[in-house]
Formats: sequence, C-alpha cells, structure tokens
Amino acid sequence: MPSSKLASGGDGLIEALRAVLPEDSVLVETEALRPYECDGLATFRQLPRVVVLPETEEQVAAILASCHARGVPVVARGAGTSLSGGAMPHAQGVLLAMAKFRQIVRIDPLARIAVVQPGVRNKAISEAANPYGLYYAPDPSSQIACTIGGNVAENAGGVHCLKYGLTVHNVLRVRAVTITGEIVEFGSHALDTPGFDGLALLNGSEGMLAVITEVSVRLLPLPQTARCVLAAFDDVVRAGEAVAAIIAAGIIPAGLEMMDQAATRAVEAFVKAGYPLAAAAILLVESDGTAEEVEEEIGRITDLLQAQGASEIRVSRDEAERLRFWAGRKAAFPAAGRISPDYYCMDGTIPRKRLGEMLQAIAAMEQRHRLRCINVFHAGDGNLHPLILFDAASADEQERAEAFGAEILEHSVALGGTITGEHGVGVEKLGQMCVQFGEAELEMFHRVKAAFDPVGLLNPGKAVPTLQRCAEYGHLHVHHGQLPHPELERF
Amino acid sequence: MQAVLAGFKERIRAARVAGLPLELRGGGSKRFLGRAAQGEILDTRDYSGVISYEPTELVITARAGTPLAEIQALLARKRQMLAFEPPAFGLATVGGTVAAGLSGPRRPQAGALRDHLLGVKLLDGRGDELRFGGQVMKNVAGYDVSRLMAGAMGTLGLLLEVSLKVLPMPAEQRTLRFSMSQSEALVALNRWAGQALPITASCWSGGVLHLRLEGARAAVQAARARLGGEELGEAAAISFWRDVVEQHHGFFAGVRRLWRISVPSTAAPMCADQPSLIEWGGALRWLRDPPPETDLFAEAARLGGSARLFRRTPEDEVFDPPLTPSVAQIQERLKRAFDPDGIFNRGRLCAAW
Repeated sequence: MPSSKLASGGDGLIEALRAVLPEDSVLVETEALRPYECDGLATFRQLPRVVVLPETEEQVAAILASCHARGVPVVARGAGTSLSGGAMPHAQGVLLAMAKFRQIVRIDPLARIAVVQPGVRNKAISEAANPYGLYYAPDPSSQIACTIGGNVAENAGGVHCLKYGLTVHNVLRVRAVTITGEIVEFGSHALDTPGFDGLALLNGSEGMLAVITEVSVRLLPLPQTARCVLAAFDDVVRAGEAVAAIIAAGIIPAGLEMMDQAATRAVEAFVKAGYPLAAAAILLVESDGTAEEVEEEIGRITDLLQAQGASEIRVSRDEAERLRFWAGRKAAFPAAGRISPDYYCMDGTIPRKRLGEMLQAIAAMEQRHRLRCINVFHAGDGNLHPLILFDAASADEQERAEAFGAEILEHSVALGGTITGEHGVGVEKLGQMCVQFGEAELEMFHRVKAAFDPVGLLNPGKAVPTLQRCAEYGHLHVHHGQLPHPELERF
Repeated sequence: MQAVLAGFKERIRAARVAGLPLELRGGGSKRFLGRAAQGEILDTRDYSGVISYEPTELVITARAGTPLAEIQALLARKRQMLAFEPPAFGLATVGGTVAAGLSGPRRPQAGALRDHLLGVKLLDGRGDELRFGGQVMKNVAGYDVSRLMAGAMGTLGLLLEVSLKVLPMPAEQRTLRFSMSQSEALVALNRWAGQALPITASCWSGGVLHLRLEGARAAVQAARARLGGEELGEAAAISFWRDVVEQHHGFFAGVRRLWRISVPSTAAPMCADQPSLIEWGGALRWLRDPPPETDLFAEAARLGGSARLFRRTPEDEVFDPPLTPSVAQIQERLKRAFDPDGIFNRGRLCAAW
C-alpha cells in the first residue's frame, strides 16, 4: 500500500489539511517525510504521519483546529537543531514545519525591538539590526542555523547569557496559536503585562503549550569593543576556583568558558587556535562594553587570574586574535566529531563552586564506563557540556555512553544543579526528570500543560514524563510493599 | 520552622475542607494593590530566615517571611544587591516582594524581578510542597513555574522559599540632572538607550530629567563627560533614587488615584497636561489624579501597553485591564491547576476567583 494511503487514516485529516494548504505544502510520501524524522539528536528517529508547511498564521490556526477536532497530535519544528529530541515527530501525528515563517516583520531601532516570524534564524536578527548599531544578545552555538521560534521553545542560551541573559530575558512578546486554533499573545512591547506571566511559561516549554507564530525580541546596542583573555591552568580545580574568584570580585564577564585538556587537544588539532596544550584546563574570559570599561575590566581580570595561579595569560590584541581564541571553543563539537565516530553531548548545570568536583567525578565515570569524555563548559553559569565519545556501531558502547550521560545528569542534580541548562528535556532526559522532580511537581507540570492544551495534543510525550514512566525508570521507592499510587498501571 | 510549616499545611487543609479562603500576607506593605483578598489572614512572617547565601554563586535563598531589608543589608555587606531594586513600601517580606512582582528603576537594563527569580518552594492549594527551578542560572527542566509566581499576588500558592539571583554593586555611580520637557526627555532617553552608555536609571518629572550612570569607573566618567548635565552629590543622588523607588518623591505626595502605565518606551506623552513621572527610559509612566473621564486602560492599550490603577480610592472597583478571552481562560485554568478550591487570595487579581 502506498504511504499516502497509510497517511490518510480515514479521518479526513489529509483532506482537511489540503483544503487550507497548497498541495506542495502537505507531504505524505515516505521520501518527503524522511528529512523530518529527527532533530539534532539523531539517536531518536520517527517518521511522522504527515508534514505540513504553512506560511500564514491563519493556516496554522486551521491546521491546529483540524488536528484538535480529530484528536491528532501535532509536533512543531523550526530548523531542527534541538539536541534533546524535542522536535522528534509523532508516528500518528502532524509535523508542523515552520520554515516558511522567515520574515523579519519590522525592526524599530528607536524602541530597540525586532518583530520576527519564528522561522527567522537567530543570527539573521543581529544581522538585520546591525545597520542600526543594535544586536540580539542570546547566541546559542547553532545561531547560524537555529531559529528564534526554536530558541523560545527551548529557552536557548549561549556564551553571552552570563551577562545578557537567556532567551526568556530577551523576548518581549510571543504571538502563538493554541491547539484549538485560537490566537493568543503573551507579553507586550511594554515591559510589564497584566496577568500571570504566560511568557515565562512559553519560553522553554518545548512546543507543548502553543505554536509560536511571531516573536518580538529586545535589541541591545552593539558593544563598542570586546577583548578576550585566555588563561591556562595546571589544575582543573584551580581553574574552577578562578571562575568563582572573578564573580566574587564583582565582575560579570560577557563570556566565561572553560575547556579541559582533552577538549583543548581535540580542537587544537582541528582549528590551530594556538592553545597551550600542556594546560590541564584553559579559561576564556571576555569583556565587552565601552573602550574604557573593557580596558579597566581586562586589567582586573588578568590580575585576578594571576593571583589564582594561572600558568599563562594571553590577552587578545586585536579582533582577529579574539576570534581565534573563540574559534577553538566554538569548534569543540566538530572537533569531537573528528576524533570519534560518535559523541553524546550532555547539558547539566551545577553551582559554579562545584566545577572541580564534577570534573573529578566525570574522570571516575570515564574509568567506570570505559569511554573517553571531553569537557567544555559555560563555566560562568555552571552549564556543562561533557562530550562522551563512543562508536554507535557498537551497541554496547552506545549503551555505555547513554548510561554515562545519565550518570552525569543525575550527579548534576546531586550537586544542587539541574539536568538541562539550555538543550531541553525532549525525549532524551525524560528519565532524569524523575530524578530531579518528585511526583507532586511532575503532576503540576501536567496540570500546567492542561491549562493550555487540555487534550494533550501538542508535542505529546516530551519534556515531562508520566508517573508511570518514572516508576519504570527505577526510582520508585516501595516501602514495606506499599506502592505509592497503586491505582496506576505499571511496567 | 518545621512547626510553622506544619501549621501552614494544617491551615490550608482546613481551609479546603471548610471552603473558606485565606489571605496570604507577609508584611502587608502592598496590600493596597488589586482588590482586597477575602478570608482569614495567613501571616508568613514566622517562616523567616536566610537559608543560604553564596556570593560567588550570585544566589541568595531565603524563607518567604524574611524581611526584604534584612536581605538587602546582608547583600550590601558583600557589595552585592538585588539588581531589580524592588520597592518595600514599608516592612516588605521577600515572599511578598516576589508575589507583587514589582521592579524599580534599574528594570530596563537589569531585568525585572521575574528575571532574577531562580527558584521557589511553595505549598499549592492541596497543601502539597512543591519545588521548582533552583539555585543555578540556567535551568530549563520542566516549565518555568518559578517565574510564574512573580506578580501572581499569592493567588497560585503560598511561597515558602525563594532563590534570587544577585549582582555585584557597580563600582561607580553618578547622577546627572537635565532640564527638559517630557517630549524632549522621551526622545533623548530612547536615543541614548540605543547607544553603549552605562545608563541604569532615569526619572523625568516636572521638567527635570534625572539620569543614573553606573559601571566601571572609566566608563561612567567618559559617559558623564559626553552627556553633560548637572551632577548631583553622592548623598543627594542616593536619596533621590531611594525616594523614586519608595514613592517618597514629591510627585507622589497627597495622591488620590495613581495610575501605573506600562507602554513601549517610544509611546507619545499621555495626558501631557497632567502631573506625571516617567521611569524606565520612557516605558513606565505614573499619572497622578488624571481626569476621571479619561479611559487610561484604552489609551494604554492603543499605545501597545497596559494601565493599572496602582493606588486608588475606596470607590474605585476596576484596577487592571481585561485580558482577551483566550488568555483569561488559560489564566483561570492555571489558577485551578495550582489552587483547585480557590482558597488563596480569592478575588485579589480577578473577581471571579
């Protein structure tokens, strides 16, 4: 039977979608669906029933209303750069690809606001704002490709978020469509909006509350200048202490990143940034602002790093050198790809003061799981990105890599942190949600979702696990044979 | 503290059973906001104390009943601060501060209270103890329920603990004064905000614009030289901004109806012939006793923002603009999710719940 027949399903969905969209915007053939089967986390793949490519808000509303009427799940997707499987399709569902929403609606340079459609790439906003001396601060590493709609859905971060905040701090208003096809707005171009802070809920909601159709972001003046300090340390714990010392001195750098020796060596071979390879860890500390401000801050930072025992300190002398310092950090992922057939990127956040402790724990895990791990961090905000190297051709290695990753995330929680700082839960970290949250919190998350999407059709099965799933994850505590929630079906 | 917590749970359980609401109250300093809540007072002040403060982590965690002044004094000893500059309006607690969600002069640059709220522990309307967010800067696990509590006026839960991001105090602070009209001030503020200048507060009233510069010494000095204006002495500057935050500025004296209007910073002057005070680079406009026939809800909405009757007379009944039906429905469902029996601060935000 041709796949298009399978997609029709007898509920009239495809016909309803074709009634509101041009023929080439409704994809049902397997070959056409294939490019949409996963996001940046390719471990999890699933062909959707149908892919739709709307280009107006009215079409999105009509699609959602059609799905709602038929009880069909909907997964929205931007550029698909998510690293946690948040945009993985649903087998019986519609994959709503927002790629055609790529208009910059307007830039208001005086009010410092950009109004953009969700499919606009992160970097494109700054490029459009540049002629006015403005830019959009959140800078996820994938900013060349990732879209602002996806950034909002994941509450994306980046190197600059230590000083300039995450997506949630830089989005003023979101226009969206609910699963019933109603258009809603959260936030406004003013700084305060009446009522509960729905904008905070929408940021990082992984497409589970509404489908975003327009985003207004605040733009900041381009800093006059930026310089970067590269500091080498003979000991990772001391490097971690230097991070704390900078913050304690009242300095909030524009970026504060750390790489361990394994990471430095991997990227040096790739980008030739001139990193000191003998160092156990290097720190990259960036200062931006007016020329006077940067000069003063760089002076204080270098003094502090010296006092913290840095074995080598370099300050970028020009823009080319600053970019060279960063080139290695930004190339950590492709560099890992060069030295290992596969790698698995984790995303835990821990209190800064425990960085050294975490690195030691990861070193022990490398032994235990018999896999190598290279470490890059957004050290300034405690967000770790350990890259576990493995070979997916070996089922055993893949299993060990996943166990290794789970252990890192669970250790992050044990150290007072969280299982995800910026990549989201998606399908990847559902198990670890059961470690970070108890039943009462998870139940509340389900209630919050139901306030927006009572039937549960938007991106079902992502981000918030069911209690049954948590029981299966193995963290259910049964005391004297008394099962909590005996009414639930288990295993 | 365990006994106090057990007492709270018992009060919530009893209120549910009896179907009688509770008025959650800290210092009561912002009780004038919104409608009067119904029910017996549940006083949070016994649940007090700083739980942890890590200057190198830039985080403070305190029980909700802790006086705001105690937290600010503790931070000041380490040259740190709550960068959103919340008003106390008397003896505010930190829980009440979060529930009211108000931010002071640094808001356009440093962000609002909600932007500094990292985590909360609360009791919901079932008496369940829930913890959301945490003490780290980046956390996207689950919905951002913590920030939802900012400005919810205690209608969603009884806050027990809050974790707030703190920031270093700036090395240097200067305040400049300029004589200019409201229109001139709005143009100047928006133009300056698009440039790399260390402006962290602005206040225009009665033909005078005050501008605060903060940051690295060299940057503040360079900006001061570039902008001109007349410089206030240090003590006068500190006292001026404190008066703006706490509404002790002369503009607020003897006010009957005080409107707080949040609009895009570039919005044209509103009721230009009426006394007003403008903060947030033009994005926050206070209007004192405007003519009663002026529909400020509609006017603010026309300009892309919203109005709120901040201080009122007993006969004023409507305080906030209506929400669109879809958003109002979502908000009501959120209320029910957290407080199914409607026992917390009933009527405070919405007459229906």
